Amino acid sequence: MILKTENLEYSYTEGKPTLKGLNIEIPEGQYVAILGHNGSGKSTLLKHFNAILLPTGGKVYVSGMDTSNEELLFEIRTRCGMVFQNPDNQIVATITEEDVAFGPENLGVPNPELRARVDEALKTVGMYEFRSHAPHMLSGGQKQRIAIAGIIAMRPSCIALDEPTAMLDPIGRRDVLDTIAKLNREENITVLLITHHMEEALFADRVIVMDEGTVALDGTPCEIFAQVEKMESLGLTVPNTVKLMHTLQSRGLPADLNAVTTDKAADFIARILEDKIG
Amino acid sequence: MLKDITLGQFFPGNSIIHKMDPRLKLVITVLYITALFMCHGPVPYIILGGILILAVALSKVGFRQVTRGLKPILILLVITTLFNVFYTNGGQVIFSWKFITITDYGVYNAFYMVLRIALLIIATFTLLTYTTSPIMLTDALESVLSPLKKIKVPVHELAMMMTIALRFIPTLLEETDKIMSAQKSRGADFESGGLIRRAKALIPILIPLFISAFRRAEELATAMECRCYNGGEGRTKLRVMKFAMRDYVILFVSLAVLALAIYSDYTCTFGVILP
Repeated sequence: MILKTENLEYSYTEGKPTLKGLNIEIPEGQYVAILGHNGSGKSTLLKHFNAILLPTGGKVYVSGMDTSNEELLFEIRTRCGMVFQNPDNQIVATITEEDVAFGPENLGVPNPELRARVDEALKTVGMYEFRSHAPHMLSGGQKQRIAIAGIIAMRPSCIALDEPTAMLDPIGRRDVLDTIAKLNREENITVLLITHHMEEALFADRVIVMDEGTVALDGTPCEIFAQVEKMESLGLTVPNTVKLMHTLQSRGLPADLNAVTTDKAADFIARILEDKIG
Repeated sequence: MLKDITLGQFFPGNSIIHKMDPRLKLVITVLYITALFMCHGPVPYIILGGILILAVALSKVGFRQVTRGLKPILILLVITTLFNVFYTNGGQVIFSWKFITITDYGVYNAFYMVLRIALLIIATFTLLTYTTSPIMLTDALESVLSPLKKIKVPVHELAMMMTIALRFIPTLLEETDKIMSAQKSRGADFESGGLIRRAKALIPILIPLFISAFRRAEELATAMECRCYNGGEGRTKLRVMKFAMRDYVILFVSLAVLALAIYSDYTCTFGVILP
């Protein structure tokens, strides 16, 4: 287990817990989407995984390291990197490659290796050609990929992303999601993704739905989105494809509840229609 | 409209002056300014002026840009001239009318003071701000001032503050533009009225801007912490400044010329030695 919480509790103000005794285990290499309406505690949870917040009750372990142990702080933050919503507010330097270098510079990585790490990270997110640009000249999606590169250059085994696509246009969103999927697939990096876009959760291996500081649902995207009523009662919607399949089923028409992505759903419907015609 | 504001007036280029190690430029500028204020008489100034003309020519920034840099200090130059002309005592009186007396010392003093200030400004512009990107300048300052860390001057922190300030100038300008548009669309008027009314009209821009800047600062601090920022201790740098052979040659030549200028000041017989 790379990430583990034991009875995790956290309160910003005393007597009003934001997280109420969470027990979550995340194995290495898993792509986890975390859903929940505003104030459900998902961002608070994420900030525990690199010791930005420390539990007021219970424990959090990153690769077996207790986050409340201050001596392990940098080790933990190197192991689990974090990307935030607004790309403008996490870029430090005035040149992209220098921003990517910021993390490893702080860790004291010496030069030939530092340069290699920066170049590699920039290539991984597909921003190598923009290495000497000023960040403010880039689009939102590009800036967010620079922010991701800045984390990758620290060689983490886990990346926690707090709504990284919330401020991006559709193209930027797709680029960022593709980058995240690639990191998970090719580098076996564990991904924790908070999102408000249900469609983004479809690419995950696992979906955790939070509600009022507790885990309301936990399972594969198919299992979670099959519970349309439950999701709606938690103030969340389900992806249109899932809704379509459920409507088809309730009308007594053929439906494939596993066809959650747009492509799969389109294929399924095309096949049915061909059968009908042919 | 706010996007046109540029800071530091950096002209990117590929000249030998641009390529010089920024630390070297910083050191030479300081040496040059010291020499300017140590020397008297025409010979040293001919040498010092000559170096500068050569530097400006090499930088390829253009003499017009350089002299344009003098415009904002024109008033200062005029005031310096007047003060020196009227308030220097001693020497031969060349002009006297009621309480106004002008002596030859005064005229000499005024002339040299103006020359010094003008050369100082031109030197800082060509050698530093025009030919060095702000980020390089910050790096150089951090490196040159690093011995001060021993007496607990937070050199790294100051350099970091400068870097972040430079990084956020475009972001905050963009934001100001947005806030202005938002206020204008609600009928705010920034252009008419007297000075006080206009100043008052700025409040609805400044308050949201400040609030947002503080929020950004907080988020940036968290993001920096996430990336293991812990001050300058044990930090490495991606871009290492290295003295090239060229830089050693330039340093040697500059030191030699500056020494010559100071030396000629002491030996020169036809220069007027002033107190």
